[in-house]
Amino acid sequence: MVINSETRHLDAVFGALADPTRRAILARLASGEATVNELAEPFAMTQPAVSKHLKVLERAGLISRDRDAQRRPSRLEPKRLAEASAWLEQYREFWQASFARLDDVLDELQGKKSKREKASRSLRKE
Amino acid sequence: MLFYPESFKLSTPTDREILIERDFNAPRDLVFEALTKPELVRRWLLGPDGWTMPVCEIDLRVGGAYRYVWHKESCNITMGMGGIFREVVRPKKLVATEKFDDAWYPGEAVDTTVLEEKGEITNMKLTVLYESKEARDTATRSGMEHGMVAGYNRLEELLASMGVRA
Repeated sequence: MVINSETRHLDAVFGALADPTRRAILARLASGEATVNELAEPFAMTQPAVSKHLKVLERAGLISRDRDAQRRPSRLEPKRLAEASAWLEQYREFWQASFARLDDVLDELQGKKSKREKASRSLRKE
Repeated sequence: MLFYPESFKLSTPTDREILIERDFNAPRDLVFEALTKPELVRRWLLGPDGWTMPVCEIDLRVGGAYRYVWHKESCNITMGMGGIFREVVRPKKLVATEKFDDAWYPGEAVDTTVLEEKGEITNMKLTVLYESKEARDTATRSGMEHGMVAGYNRLEELLASMGVRA
């Protein structure tokens, strides 16, 4: 499959997404920024445990944290998530586009008019 | 815009596999031919518009090799991959290894293609099984073969929970 290979940083993204707690944290941050304290509570986790997850998410570029402020709230960085989604979308697109062509080849082998030919013909009529 | 039938499915049955399913409106023998004859394969296994397949060689027997090279003229990109057939059960099943020249995941993947006849329709299930032990050992440096595969459903689930469409 033809997939762009210049996406190695996605390793970190998918690694980060592999953990259910980190996904829950991201889902929580989707509704607004939160401090370590605010995140620790609903997940019944200690602050150091939450901090560890936040570090992984930050390294993957999925969240950012305010360096200076004392509260250091975490916020979602949707761009990196969108990149990951786009990468997977490429996979889907590769096969969908290929299979659409395979449909045409199979139709032709069976002596049928290809769907695309038919579609373009009916478009021309309009 | 192309028409994509509903029968297309992409899923992740285990954290090392990707399963691609699709129905074709043709007898199984014909689908098998289209998957294994170079002059047919190079006409469709192209992905998005703009790619051609200057090399498409298939030695269809157990132990036989295949080699694909794609080229995108507009960007002057060339990429190749190939592998060895492990099982050839005409017209039902193919098992082959797959390795890209410039692989972004360690080791080989194993592709299993199963064709089933359902009346006038042929159902294809393509399972890509990423990797083996030696790759798993080096996998610490790459979350891709685990993370990417396992990540697909998770990502969709996450995006759904966030109100984003994957």
